[in-house]
Amino acid sequence: METNFQQVRKTRYMNPYVAGVLLGLVVLAANFIAGRGVGASGAVKSTIVAAVETIAPQHAANATFYKDYGESHGGNPLNSWLVYQMLGVLVGAFLSGIIAHRMKWKVEHSPKITSKRRLIFALMGGILFGFGSQLGRGCTSGSALSGMAVLSLQGFISMAAIFGTAFTFAYFFRKNWI
Amino acid sequence: MGPLIVNEIISQNTNLLLAFFIGIGFGFVLEQAGFSSSRKLAGMFYGYDATVLKVFFTGAITAALGLLFFSLFGWIEMDYVFVNPTYLGSTIVGGIVMGLGFILGGFCPGTSFCGAAIGKIDALVFVGGLFIGIFIFAEGFPLWQNLYLSGFMGDITISKALNISPGLFVFLLILVAVGMFWVAEWAEKKFPREEY
Repeated sequence: METNFQQVRKTRYMNPYVAGVLLGLVVLAANFIAGRGVGASGAVKSTIVAAVETIAPQHAANATFYKDYGESHGGNPLNSWLVYQMLGVLVGAFLSGIIAHRMKWKVEHSPKITSKRRLIFALMGGILFGFGSQLGRGCTSGSALSGMAVLSLQGFISMAAIFGTAFTFAYFFRKNWI
Repeated sequence: MGPLIVNEIISQNTNLLLAFFIGIGFGFVLEQAGFSSSRKLAGMFYGYDATVLKVFFTGAITAALGLLFFSLFGWIEMDYVFVNPTYLGSTIVGGIVMGLGFILGGFCPGTSFCGAAIGKIDALVFVGGLFIGIFIFAEGFPLWQNLYLSGFMGDITISKALNISPGLFVFLLILVAVGMFWVAEWAEKKFPREEY
């Protein structure tokens, strides 16, 4: 019994308010050290720019998006703050998963839908979120959370648009989740 | 004193190394909070699990309050801190597209990497989608360049836009957040929740 109880305690998620304070301290540390907040989608963008520059250098030199990126950043796109930060995110989440015994190959979905349907929706969601993060200059991390931390107007609008839209459309996709 | 990199207290390479450690903290906290689970994240939008709201707003308030105090104590020069510039049009449209992605996919970019790191296959597929979506944006950029640049307002803060002091704004934000936490606790009791 004792060990079972300890097991449950270990695998339980952290108190959300405690996790929130720690998350805030991470964002505070990023601003104090690097003068910027945290992010996620920017690292994917850097990876894509690096890949295109390597595979199709001619195209990267001509197409506006890659040209603009090269002019404003310079150097190797992979040698960027966000790329190192995202590598850290993978390590940090992995460590947390090990400590909490949550490492497991799994497709998480509502019992009402199949794994296949869940994966198709995950792919569509990823495509939309990726596209939107570029249009909106950052995702929930870089635009909403970090933007709100520095009281950027953009951060608050971004947060309201993301969560407002998700709430608005939740009804139509309820079968996927509840 | 801060930001350390702008004031050249640390080198460029140290900054990148510290980015890695900040990332470890970021990923660790997100996973500990349960953000590696899509059903937990999506629970926000059906009321059965409001962890997202609690963690997100506590995080934003803690960071905003921390920056206010750091600035007050002279530990950080806010003029050198990046303030996301506001482009009204693209922020709203981009946010709507992201919101759709959220309810369909059950993740946001940061949380999908956390889910993938502990073996969630749906998270891994979402990450694949991110690459496709950003690649589409990059390739078709001339098509939405005008939208991307629309409604430029500079790097304006919300307190400036509302014409109140940053301190007062953060105080009001805390009041609003506490109100939302109260509603969130109520909703979680009202709507059934399963283990996932």
